[in-house]
Amino acid sequence: MKNSVIMAGFGGQGILLIGNMLAYAGLAEGKHVTYMPAYGVEMRGGTANCTVVVSDEPIGSPIVGKPDAVIVMNLPSLKKFESWIKPGGILLVNTSLVPPDQQTREDITAYSIPANDLATGMGNARLANMILIGAYAEAAGVVSQDSLINSLSKVISERNARFIPQNIKAIKLGAGQVHLANA
Amino acid sequence: MSEKRVFSRPQTLKDAPFHFCPGCHHGIAHRMVAEAIDKFNLREKTIGVASVGCSVFLYDYFDVDVIEAPHGRAAAVATGVKRARKDRIVFSYQGDGDLASIGIAETVHTANRGENITIIFINNTVYGMTGGQLAPTTLLGQKTTTSPYGRDFMQDGYPIRMTEILATLEGTAFAARVAFTTPKNINMAKKAIEKAFQFQKEEMGFTFVEVLSACPTNWGLNAIDSMKRVEEEMIPYFPLGIFKERKAADVL
Amino acid sequence: MTEAHDLVKGNEAVAMGAIDAGCLYYFGYPITPQSDIPEYLSYHLPRVGGEFVQAESEVAAINMLMGAAATGTRAMTSSSSPGISLMQEGISYIAGSEIPTVIVNMSRSGPGLGGIAPSQGDYFQAVKGGGHGDYHLLVLAPNSVQELYELTILAFDLAEKYRNPVMILGDAMIGQMKEPLSRRPPEKGEKASKDWALTGAEGRPQRVLKSLYLKDGELTAHNWKLHEKYKAMQENEIRFEALMTEDADFVLVAFGSAARIARTSVLMAREAGMKVGLFRPITLFPFPEPQLSALAKTGKPFFVVELNTGQMLEDVKIAAAGNRVDFFGKPPGALPTPEEIFEEIKNIYPGTKG
Repeated sequence: MKNSVIMAGFGGQGILLIGNMLAYAGLAEGKHVTYMPAYGVEMRGGTANCTVVVSDEPIGSPIVGKPDAVIVMNLPSLKKFESWIKPGGILLVNTSLVPPDQQTREDITAYSIPANDLATGMGNARLANMILIGAYAEAAGVVSQDSLINSLSKVISERNARFIPQNIKAIKLGAGQVHLANA
Repeated sequence: MSEKRVFSRPQTLKDAPFHFCPGCHHGIAHRMVAEAIDKFNLREKTIGVASVGCSVFLYDYFDVDVIEAPHGRAAAVATGVKRARKDRIVFSYQGDGDLASIGIAETVHTANRGENITIIFINNTVYGMTGGQLAPTTLLGQKTTTSPYGRDFMQDGYPIRMTEILATLEGTAFAARVAFTTPKNINMAKKAIEKAFQFQKEEMGFTFVEVLSACPTNWGLNAIDSMKRVEEEMIPYFPLGIFKERKAADVL
Repeated sequence: MTEAHDLVKGNEAVAMGAIDAGCLYYFGYPITPQSDIPEYLSYHLPRVGGEFVQAESEVAAINMLMGAAATGTRAMTSSSSPGISLMQEGISYIAGSEIPTVIVNMSRSGPGLGGIAPSQGDYFQAVKGGGHGDYHLLVLAPNSVQELYELTILAFDLAEKYRNPVMILGDAMIGQMKEPLSRRPPEKGEKASKDWALTGAEGRPQRVLKSLYLKDGELTAHNWKLHEKYKAMQENEIRFEALMTEDADFVLVAFGSAARIARTSVLMAREAGMKVGLFRPITLFPFPEPQLSALAKTGKPFFVVELNTGQMLEDVKIAAAGNRVDFFGKPPGALPTPEEIFEEIKNIYPGTKG
């Protein structure tokens, strides 16, 4: 098994955080992983993306030109990365911020998930990233939902540990969306 | 009739003749630093930092471990030595071009961090080794090989007073300016240099002694007239005295 | 993977390697993309009895390093391209004074302010000198987080073995990526003798560390002595990785992050039935020229891939001694993908048979 995913959005949407979670989850399952961030010089408000590779074999390049999956949290990210996806690959779109008519690919499986709206419904708009990573784990089957949930303690500081339960809820909500959202 | 030896070479100085020009004050300053090191019995614990300029041959005269720093960087090198060996006495010996021009950033920040080292600063208002060019301390009107019309503040700014600048910094424990022009001044210089090393021994912080020094060769004067120039031209602009002396209570 | 691993960023792996190698002092100035190194060490060095000093500039940092290392203590600095440029004066003095130091360049892109994107534009600076005078750094080019850690430890040993500055040359990709790391601190064995270290002339003659030699013939002798040292490095310290080069009829040559990306391209080529191998210099100085020359003598053409417009290319051409050498350069901006390099392989490969 070798699976690569590019996650992209605005800086501040928590892209790098969920990328880290996926890498930690893969590591916990005894797999080889690489996590490669790319971002602008701004601390917030710029663009952010990361590439995560999870594999049974040692990984060559942490940079991927044709990823198995792409998660986009905003429109510029869709425009940039949709064309990169391997034929037959997966696209997860945050339809709260990306209009539905913007997707062009027919040869991939796309999941439309209104992540911001769902998160707001849960009472915290910042959970959108958790909803998407939960959905991705379910759709791609790269790591188990349990591993993903266990990785939360690796990326969330002790100071914010009280937020872990709602993050878990968001991951589970996201996973459920996959079965509704297959467009 | 028995003879009593009243004058001998300090233990910290090697038995080597100075290469300095006749009338140059480096020899006196070297001796005075060596005497201070001897006084506290520090020779075997001292690491010197040589700078670039006439003072580079420090290791030929001082019988202590020495590292040769790049031009202007002696304070930074001394910082590294001292951080790694806090139980050693670390001093640098630098000229005005080295310390106040190319190395002013390292000098100011080393003082500001309160590095527990001693800097002996030789101010002779000129670049000695390179042949008498304009220094940051060159006096107004002074002719040098690169200020042939005399230093003009419109062109080169004013001579810089390092001791006063460093005395303003909280990290500085001791800052003094001295000269060798009279027996009284020589005594004061000796005391200031001793105090600098004593302060370092007592871990009081950054210590700095500026020595107004003669450079007869590049000034085009003989030794006596050079001494007069220090007294009559330099001291009025660069006043002697202790500009900062931290009390032990300040660091506790 | 059987050992205990943690997910670690490349820059942090350098810092962990330094701690495990017994480095006690770090001097540096913040610059992207390597600030994780000073941040990590500012927290951890005081906990092992060492010290972290944030210098006023890279110029000061390299000279502080020179001073601390002169006492025989393990010390290091790190920076990125523009900061490394500022350090060149000090590096030349350190090389001339033969003080063991470790210098990390997590390079970014230039010239000038350039950008923070990964680049291999500092190869010449690292390998061919950088500062003034006739000297060499020993240059190590890791391509994974684990290797960053291990080569940092090795760097301290080699620095002391040869009394020479050692540079770790990475870039924003290798420094910022995260991978599993297994920390294996070395056993505290016999280290190289330090009969040169400045510790105070207590019960022994004075020691001097300097680079000024004015007496007749002194400097000539000093330069030849340094040369002998560099020759010894060439004889003893060449490190490289050769992947499927034996049966290859086409060898891709790349170092550091370019090699990491190209590794996947080479595997893609193999899957497509092309006999492509990968040769990765791990030491850039000493350069694995004898090993590449041996490959060249079997008639294998080389294909050099670099994140610049052609720097290591020159050294590969010397080793190739007239054999065919193709080049794919990607100056900073965007990293090449493995697919992109694979396309380049496909373009060149058939021609190599004729």
